[in-house]
Amino acid sequence: MRIEIEIERSCPGEGQAARFQSFHVEVPRHATVLDTLMAVKNQEDGSVTFRRSCRSAICGSCAMRINGRSGLACDTQVEGELRRHGKLRIQPLAHMPVVRDLAVEIDPFWARVRAVQPWVERPREAEPSWPVEQETRMPQSAAEEMDDTSKCIMCMSCFSACEVAEVDTRFLGPAALAKAYRFVADPRDTNTQNRLATLNGGGGYWDCTRCNQCVEACPKDVKPMEAIVHLRREAIRAGFTGTIGSRHITDFLSIVRQEGRLNEGRMPMQMKGFNPFKLLPVLPLAWRMWRKGKLPLPWHWPIPGVSQVRRIMDRKGGARRKSFVVGKGDLK
Amino acid sequence: MSMLSHDVIIVGAGLAGMRAALEFAPGVDVAMISKVHPVRSHSGAAQGGVNAALHEDDSWENHAYDTVKGSDYLGDQDAIEIMCREAPSDIRQMEHWGVIFSRNDEERIAQRPFGGAGYPRTCYAADRTGHALLHAMYERVMRRGVKVYEEWFLLSLIMEDGECRGIVALDIPTGQVVSMRARAVVMATGGYGRVYRTSSNGLVNTGDGMAVCYEAGAPLMDMEFVQFHPTTLKSNGVLITEGSRGEGGTLINALGERFMKTYAPNAMELASRDVVSRAEQTEILEGRGVDGCVLLDLRHLGREKILERLPQIRELAIKFAGTDPIEVPIPVRPGAHYSMGGIKADFNGATPLPGLFAAGECSCVSVHGANRLGGNSLLETLVFGRRTGAFVNDYLVGRPMPSPADTHRVEQEKRLAEMVARPAGERGWALREELGTMMNRNVGVFRDRAGLEAAVTVAANVAERARRQWVMDKGKIFNTDLTEALELQHVTELARVIIAGALAREESRGAHFRKDFTTRDDAKWMRHTLAHPDPDGPKLSHAPVAFTRFEPKERTY
Ligand SMILES: Cc1cc2nc3c(=O)[nH]c(=O)nc-3n(C[C@H](O)[C@H](O)[C@H](O)COP(=O)(O)OP(=O)(O)OC[C@H]3O[C@@H](n4cnc5c(N)ncnc54)[C@H](O)[C@@H]3O)c2cc1C
Ligand code: FES
Repeated sequence: MRIEIEIERSCPGEGQAARFQSFHVEVPRHATVLDTLMAVKNQEDGSVTFRRSCRSAICGSCAMRINGRSGLACDTQVEGELRRHGKLRIQPLAHMPVVRDLAVEIDPFWARVRAVQPWVERPREAEPSWPVEQETRMPQSAAEEMDDTSKCIMCMSCFSACEVAEVDTRFLGPAALAKAYRFVADPRDTNTQNRLATLNGGGGYWDCTRCNQCVEACPKDVKPMEAIVHLRREAIRAGFTGTIGSRHITDFLSIVRQEGRLNEGRMPMQMKGFNPFKLLPVLPLAWRMWRKGKLPLPWHWPIPGVSQVRRIMDRKGGARRKSFVVGKGDLK
Repeated sequence: MSMLSHDVIIVGAGLAGMRAALEFAPGVDVAMISKVHPVRSHSGAAQGGVNAALHEDDSWENHAYDTVKGSDYLGDQDAIEIMCREAPSDIRQMEHWGVIFSRNDEERIAQRPFGGAGYPRTCYAADRTGHALLHAMYERVMRRGVKVYEEWFLLSLIMEDGECRGIVALDIPTGQVVSMRARAVVMATGGYGRVYRTSSNGLVNTGDGMAVCYEAGAPLMDMEFVQFHPTTLKSNGVLITEGSRGEGGTLINALGERFMKTYAPNAMELASRDVVSRAEQTEILEGRGVDGCVLLDLRHLGREKILERLPQIRELAIKFAGTDPIEVPIPVRPGAHYSMGGIKADFNGATPLPGLFAAGECSCVSVHGANRLGGNSLLETLVFGRRTGAFVNDYLVGRPMPSPADTHRVEQEKRLAEMVARPAGERGWALREELGTMMNRNVGVFRDRAGLEAAVTVAANVAERARRQWVMDKGKIFNTDLTEALELQHVTELARVIIAGALAREESRGAHFRKDFTTRDDAKWMRHTLAHPDPDGPKLSHAPVAFTRFEPKERTY
């Protein structure tokens, strides 16, 4: 079939600003976006620039924005795109400077990945010497705990889709944090406490707004946002309870336990304490809400079935995933 | 631009290259260059697994025997013994470095059966073994802080007084041509599957390192042995794992017959790869194919089994062939898959050129001989990557840093400038298709004198035209039109070597099948082919095969 493809082209290094260029090419019915780009490069304009390597959705080279959505060119079929959007419009990934056309600078992304110390870290004496006689014993369930995050191909689609990365350049982003969880979940790793401590600060796991864009963009079903949620849970378990994010979670739970429901009126006081200076900044908001009749009263009776709510919460708390052992592996 | 300087330069950051980099003592200045970011290397595409005799009931001798037999007795037995003996340690090392291998009930590394192996000794990480290994290896490289020049393209070796003193490379993002001197150079640039039109290999597997070393005078060994995988997708050659046949998938022709019954009545679809590929090709050539393919039928397995055991295969078939195997058979055909041949190297990675070493798929040690077993090539990258790194680490002692002339860089700069300056001509992709199609037809699963002689002419002709091809992109920054043009020159050069070897080898052994010489001829051909560069095309010589304990026998499965 003969199709039209619009490609955003630019080369900042040579002073060429971004502009769209259209090409018409003949491609087979099941052509992918990558096939189409290659047809353009081969037959129409050899200077159209993009990355590719495996052409089978495993190397992570070819991520780009296709009709506005971040994803892999090599596993996106043109036909479906045309059906859904009536056009085929290709742009480089967002939140990364362009080198040329669809090729973006990858260093900023990898710097974020390196920041989570992405490797299994163990004390020197636990490092095996040659010849290596034993593997670490590990149940399949532990391997499965890392299954989602270890599928990541570092294609950067999630980073491009991330709404926080758009406004906060410090944010490490979904892929790097998912990678961090892969090691936090690894029974062989002994660096968990340090990892969680580092990522507890700005740019780390508390800065995610849980918009789910990364989960939707990911071509390999890594579910980065879920990994971030797991990191938060592990942080609280490991005693990192000082951040607003973790206070929000623990206070939320403690109110529900006391009253059987969320008491929004109490949340600010619970989190900040009865400190007038700290509560001051909340007052204008409280005033506006009160005028609209939306300010909930901070004093309630517990709901009638509160004991049942507590029972449910106790049961949930007991059902921790067994496979999860932080920092305890068979290192001998 | 001034010359960069490192103790060792490793070209290629796939499994073999990165494994070598991790072996150097802390004081050694190691740098890697790779035309793609390390995790984009093709090692990541390996699915099935990696072999090692881990279990008490298995032994490295059994593994070695299977490998020698699989190689159709062309593998060097000393090297094979080393690989199989050291395999368990290398696998466990990777486990300690963070690879998430699938586990058995005893919480140990799980192993699955694989073609041509007498014991289930293939370790795996679900169906993403290569990806798991590659990412864990890169994690170690990051931890060590090894310098990697990402997206740098090897142009030539710096050869002076017969020894290798560094390389010249193109920094793709900036377009600069740079000299890099080193006390030793390690080649780890992977395979040449893309010499063929239909290939399971990624677009980057153009055998650059082999071609560049060959031009510099390093002999290429056993290049005529190219493994064809029986089940690759028609649209783009993406691999459909052997596991789909292991689960009960059948191969049928246009008449709906399970044609394997005429070729391998016992093993049927699970006969060895070369046998199945030849059977498929025969059906297609004799007109019983479907649009140049045969059909891989999984329908009788039922929806549930397909979804449970072969989910990724289903996904690939839907995405890349537009067919859902639950409802319709998948069209498949043999595709070039693995390069048994490569830069001649010994089991420490040393090539005949001083200062130059090689490991991984670009090298020929030779542990695969005429046919490699599935799961042995990932193993090769680990064992020989490590051995090469360790050997070069010692080799550096007392070897001074060379001071090569700048002329090597100037020469390459001039060459690239000329390529880019050419205002018109034939486009490389068209030449590539012409060459690849011919290679599939004449130098594929079946070969004969007439076809190979014709191939010599076509390849020489394409090589000549490739020298004058038209690079449309005139830019400096990230000029991939230029790197693709260079890759075309490499594949044409390698094609000529493959053809020359195939034409000379008048026998059938492993993956090399001559319709005019259908049997193995040990008296005459139990020897390696060596190819040397010459203006009139490759010059061939021979080298003996190393034997230790396994006597040649007829190879039946
Ligand atoms: C689809 C598929 C499935 C496979 N499955 C298995 C399996 O299950 N088990 C098994 O044992 N084997 C398998 N193999 C084979 C195995 O994956 C390869 O043989 C092995 O990974 C090769 O590793 P390598 O390190 O030698 O090369 P590669 O991983 O290919 O790395 C080559 C490196 O060289 C660099 N490079 C190349 N040219 C240049 C240049 N001009 N300049 C700079 N750098 C350059 C590249 O950037 C790359 O970093 C499979 C192969 C394929 C194609
Ligand atoms: S080319 Fe490898 S993921 Fe698309």
